[in-house]
Amino acid sequence: MNYETHEHDVLVIGAGGAGLRAAVEVSAKGLSVGVVSKSLLGKAHTVMAEGGIAAAMANVDAKDSWQTHFSDTMKGGKFLNNWRMAQLHAQESPDRIRELEDWGALFDRTPDGEILQRAFGGHTYKRLCHVGDRTGLEMIRTLQDKGVHSGIDVYMELTIFRLLKDGGKIAGAIGYWRKTGEFVVFKTKAIVLATGGGGKAYQITSNSWECTGDGHALAYEAGAELIDMEFFQFHPTGMVWPPGVKGLLVTEGVRGEGGLLTNNKKERFMQRYDPKMMELSTRDMVARSIYTEVKEGRGSPHGGVFLDISHLAAERVKKKLPSMYHQFKELADVDITREPMEVGPTAHYMMGGVRVDAETGASTIPGLFACGEVTGGMHGANRLGGNSLSDLVVFGRRAGMGAAEYARKLNSFPLLDQGELEKAAKDMETPFQRSGDENPYQIHRELQESMQSLVGIFRMEEDLKKGINKIEELKHRAAKLAVKGERTYNPGWHLVGDLKSLLTVSEAVANAALTRKESRGAHSRIDYPNMDEKFGKLNVVVSRKNGEMNISTSPVPEMPEELKRLLAENK
Amino acid sequence: MEKTVAPAAMVKFGTTQRKDAWWAAPTATVAVLTLFVIYSMVRAFENNYYIAGPYLSPFYSPLLLFDWWPLSPAFLILWAPAGFRFTCYYYRKAYYRAYAAHPFACAVGEPHRDYQGETKLFLFQNLHRFFLYAAVVVLFFLWHDVIKAFSFGGHFGMGFGTLVLLVNTVLLSGYTFSCHSFRHFVGGNVDCFSCAKAGRVRFKLWKGVSSINEHHMLWAWTSLFAVMAADLYVRLVACGAIHDLRIF
Amino acid sequence: MPDVTFKVFRGDAKGGQAIDYPVPIAPGMVVLDALHYIQGYLAPDLAVRWNCKAAKCGSCSAEVNGKPALMCKTRLDSLPTGRPITVYPMKTFPVIKDLVCDVSWNYDVNKKIPPYRPAKDGRKIYQEDVDRVQEFRKCIECFLCQDVCHVLREHEKKAEFAGPRFFVRLAGLEMHPNDITDRSEFLKNSSGLGLCNITKCCTEVCPEEIHITDNAIIPLKERVADRFFDPLRWVFAKIFGRK
Ligand SMILES: Cc1cc2nc3c(=O)[nH]c(=O)nc-3n(C[C@H](O)[C@H](O)[C@H](O)COP(=O)(O)OP(=O)(O)OC[C@H]3O[C@@H](n4cnc5c(N)ncnc54)[C@H](O)[C@@H]3O)c2cc1C
Ligand code: SF4
Ligand code: SF4
Ligand code: FES
Ligand code: FES
Repeated sequence: MNYETHEHDVLVIGAGGAGLRAAVEVSAKGLSVGVVSKSLLGKAHTVMAEGGIAAAMANVDAKDSWQTHFSDTMKGGKFLNNWRMAQLHAQESPDRIRELEDWGALFDRTPDGEILQRAFGGHTYKRLCHVGDRTGLEMIRTLQDKGVHSGIDVYMELTIFRLLKDGGKIAGAIGYWRKTGEFVVFKTKAIVLATGGGGKAYQITSNSWECTGDGHALAYEAGAELIDMEFFQFHPTGMVWPPGVKGLLVTEGVRGEGGLLTNNKKERFMQRYDPKMMELSTRDMVARSIYTEVKEGRGSPHGGVFLDISHLAAERVKKKLPSMYHQFKELADVDITREPMEVGPTAHYMMGGVRVDAETGASTIPGLFACGEVTGGMHGANRLGGNSLSDLVVFGRRAGMGAAEYARKLNSFPLLDQGELEKAAKDMETPFQRSGDENPYQIHRELQESMQSLVGIFRMEEDLKKGINKIEELKHRAAKLAVKGERTYNPGWHLVGDLKSLLTVSEAVANAALTRKESRGAHSRIDYPNMDEKFGKLNVVVSRKNGEMNISTSPVPEMPEELKRLLAENK
Repeated sequence: MEKTVAPAAMVKFGTTQRKDAWWAAPTATVAVLTLFVIYSMVRAFENNYYIAGPYLSPFYSPLLLFDWWPLSPAFLILWAPAGFRFTCYYYRKAYYRAYAAHPFACAVGEPHRDYQGETKLFLFQNLHRFFLYAAVVVLFFLWHDVIKAFSFGGHFGMGFGTLVLLVNTVLLSGYTFSCHSFRHFVGGNVDCFSCAKAGRVRFKLWKGVSSINEHHMLWAWTSLFAVMAADLYVRLVACGAIHDLRIF
Repeated sequence: MPDVTFKVFRGDAKGGQAIDYPVPIAPGMVVLDALHYIQGYLAPDLAVRWNCKAAKCGSCSAEVNGKPALMCKTRLDSLPTGRPITVYPMKTFPVIKDLVCDVSWNYDVNKKIPPYRPAKDGRKIYQEDVDRVQEFRKCIECFLCQDVCHVLREHEKKAEFAGPRFFVRLAGLEMHPNDITDRSEFLKNSSGLGLCNITKCCTEVCPEEIHITDNAIIPLKERVADRFFDPLRWVFAKIFGRK
C-alpha cells in the first residue's frame, strides 16, 4: 500500500474556529502542529456564523458580568451543562475576544470606541460582539492569518477517516487527499478533534456538506464517550422558500435587532408561548412555537411563519444585516426592508459530542483532545445563540494547551500499528472494487428524510424505533456501496465515507433520544411532554462496547455551592 | 511567488464563452473618445472664434496671449486638462480597455503582446496628482469666466451661454473634486482618523469626496460632453452661426 | 417544469470536454442546485466545490456562460433561456477535475504578505476608523477576481503579481487603524501593484461587491506614489520632518 507520512507533535483535525485557535496555541507553545480540513482553508463552517460571539464585556450594558452570562447559559441549557465548562466559558470569553482584536479583527464599535454588542435570545443583556452579520468570517480570517504567519502546517482538502492507536493511546490518523484520492498517514503524539457538527443528517439544515459528524464518529470508533447526543438544535429561523435554499439560516441577529414573528393572522404568536421573552426566547422554545403554529394552520404560504424587520429604517437594516438583505434579495426576490421574510425551523447545531475535561479538552482516550461543536457538555440541552463562537476560542485555546502539554510529556512518538493502518485503508478502498447500482446520494436522501420525520423536533417512542430500524437498514446498504469513477476528486466516493459517520451519528442521536424519556431543551417527546427531575440529573452516554453501540447514563457533575447560590439569585 | 501554473489562458484575441454583447461598451468608448480628441485638436489649432461677448471657450481659458508664442494660445493651457484626463484613473481604465485591449472586455481573450501594466514607461501615470494641482488652477479661472459671463457690458444679466458655461464648470468641478488623488489627499492617506490631527474634519472631507468619487466615471463623461458643448456653443455664437439667447 | 440543458466541463489536467445534462427546473433555482441534481442523479463523481450555498464561503466559483461567478448565487432565471447553460472551471487556475481547480497558488501568495503588527494592544477604536477596512474584510476568498484579472488570466504573471484579492487584503492591513507594519516596499516591488492597469474586471465580478479597484487598489497606488513618486512630498518631508 502506498501512502505519504507526516509527523507532528500535535495534529488538529478541523480548521474551523476551534481547530485554528487550538493550532495557534500549540504553535505558540513551540511544538510542531498540523491542521487538516476537508475543505479549503477558511471555508469551514465557522465562516457562515452570522449573528455574533457572546461575551460579558459589558460595553453596552454595564450591568453584565460573567456570573450573569454563566446563569443564562445554564438556564438555556436546562441545567444539564457541564458547569465547569459553562463557568470557564463565561469567565474567559471576553479575553479571547480582546485577543482576536489584538490579532487584527475589527468588530463593530460603540460610540465611545469599544466593541459593540447586540441582544440575542436567552441572553439577559446585550452581549453579542459582532461584525454586521458576518461575524464568523471575521473570526476565521483573523485566526487563519494568525495561524499562517505563526507557521502552522495546513493540509487542505484532506479527509481523516480513522484514528490510530498504540495500545490505549493515540498514535496517529489516516486520511486521503480529496484531490488525488491518495492516502496520508500522520504520526502524532496528540490529536485535537475540532470537526464541527453533523447537521447533514437532516433534510432541512443550515449546515454544509462538511457537517457529517466525522469527529463524533472517529472518537466513537476510537472508544471515546459521547454525551448529550439527543440534543440537536433546530434553529427557529431558516429560509423556507425557494426550494433550493430551504434550511438556509436567517440569523437570530434579525430578532436581536428587533425583528417580529407573526403568523398568517398577523398575531405575534410568541405571546402565547413565552410572553416575557417574546421573539428573544431561547431557540428550542421559538422553534417549537413556529412548528406548532404551522402545524395548526396559521403558517405562511410556503409552510413557515413571517419574520418582519421592515419597521426599521431601510438604511439601518442594510448596515446591520447586509448579508441577510442580499441573501433574500438575490435568492428569494424578497426585499426585507419592505416585506416580511418567511422562516421555519432548520437543523443547526449539535449540543452533544465528545465528553471532555473542561480544563484541558481531554477526552476519555489518552492523547485525544476535542473542542468546538464536536464536544458535548458545554451547552447542555440547548445552546444560546452566540455561545458557540465563544466556545470555539475559549476551548480551542484550552484544548491546544492540553494537547501541547500532553505531547510534551511524551518522550517519543507512539508506534503506529501497521495492521490497523492497512485495514483502515482497505476499508476505504473496497467500494472501488465492488459492483452494484446503489447510489450513495440515494442513501443519504433516505437517511435525511427519516431523521427529519422520525427524529426531528417532536419525537415519540414509536417514531424513534422506526428511525433506528431505518438507520440499521441503511447501514447495511451503505456497507455494500460501490463507487464509480476514479480516485481523483470523486465526491461519490467521499460521500461513502461521510455516510458512515452520518449513520453513526444518527444512530447515536436516535438511541439517546429514545433513552431520555422526558422533554428538556431541544429534546421534545410527545409521549413525555414534561421535564423529569430524575433525567435532569443525568447525561445520556453513548460509547462502543464489543463493536456495538452502548447507551448508558451518568450523573451530571455536581456544582459547587457558590455557583448554586449564584444560580438561585439569578433565577 | 513561484510559477506553479500551466498555461490555461485563452490564446486568441476575442475568444470567450460570454454570450452577451461584451464588445459594445469598449466600441462606444473608442468612438466617443476618438471623436473628442479630433474635435479638440481641430479647435485648438483653429485659434479663432473662442470669444463671444462675455463668453470665453473653456479650451482657451485662461486666455494667455504672448508675443513669443507662435501657436494657438490653447496649447499653453490644454496640456493641463489633457494631462489630467490622460492620467485620470478612470480614463486609464477606459483607454487601456478600448484602445490597448488590455483587456477589451472581462474574461475575453486579449492580444498577447508583452504586457507591462503601469510599470516602466507607464510609471508617469503616478504624476496624476501634479496634473490635479494644475487642473484646480485652471478650474479657478473657469469659475472666473462663469462670473464674467453674468456681465453684459457692465450690466448683470444671463444668456443661454451663461448657463452653458455654468453647467460645464459645475460638471468640471465635480469631475476634478471626485478625483482619486484628491480623495487620497483629503483623508485617504490617514489610517486612524481618531488618532490623526484634525482627524474628524478629514474623515468628514474624505467621506464627502468618497461619495462623489463613487460616480467619478459619470463625472468624467458628463464633463467631457459639457466641455465640448460649451466650446461648440461659444464657437457657433462667435462665428455668427447662431445668436445667443438672452434670458434677462 | 421544463428541462434545461447544462453543458458541464468534465475532465482533468490532461483535458476534457463539455457534457450535456438535462436538468428539471424549479422556481428560484441556482446553478449549484442544478449541479447537485446532476451529482445526485446523473453523475455521482462530478467534482464541484461548495460549502455554504449562501454566497458566504467563496467555494463554488466557476465560469457560467463564460462569466466568472459563484454558482450558488447565479439564478437560472438571470440567464438567457432556451439556450444551454455552460459551466466551466475557472480558467486562471489549473484544473484538477471537472469544476475543481487548484487554487493553492493563492494561499502561497497570502503567506508572503507582511503580517499585522499592532501599535498597542487594547486601544480604543472608533467606527469611523474601521468602516473602510470592514469593506475589505468582507472578502470571502472566492478568487473570482483573481480568475478574471487579465494580468493573471492572460499574461500569466503569477510569479510577480499578487492579484486583486491580495490587494484587498493589503489595503485592509495598510488602512488598519492599529497596524504599524510598513508595506510600501512590498507593495511597490513584490506585490506587482504596478502591473494592475485598473481596468476593473475584478470589481465587476466580486460577489461581495467590494470596490476592489476604487477603494483598495487605487488608494494603494496613491500611497506608493506618496512614498516613491512625489518629489514635492519628499522636499516637504526634508524641510518639516516626517510625520
Ligand atoms: C449559518 C450558521 C450561522 C451560525 N451563526 C452563529 C452565530 O452567530 N454565533 C455562534 O456562536 N454560532 C453560530 N453558529 C454555530 C457555529 O458557527 C458553529 O457551531 C461553529 O462554527 C463550529 O465550529 P467548529 O470549529 O467546531 O467546526 P467547523 O467550523 O464546522 O469546522 C469543522 C472543521 O473540521 C473539518 N473536518 C470535519 N471532518 C473532518 C475530517 N473527517 N477530516 C478532516 N477534517 C475534517 C472541516 O473541514 C472543518 O475545517 C452558526 C452556524 C451556522 C450553520
Ligand atoms: S483592476 Fe487591476 S487587479 Fe483588477 S482585474 Fe484589472 S488589472 Fe486585475
Ligand atoms: S475580493 Fe471579492 S472577488 Fe476577490 S476573492 Fe474577495 S470576495 Fe472574491
Ligand atoms: S482619478 Fe480621474 S481625475 Fe483623478
Ligand atoms: S457555496 Fe459558499 S459561496 Fe457558493
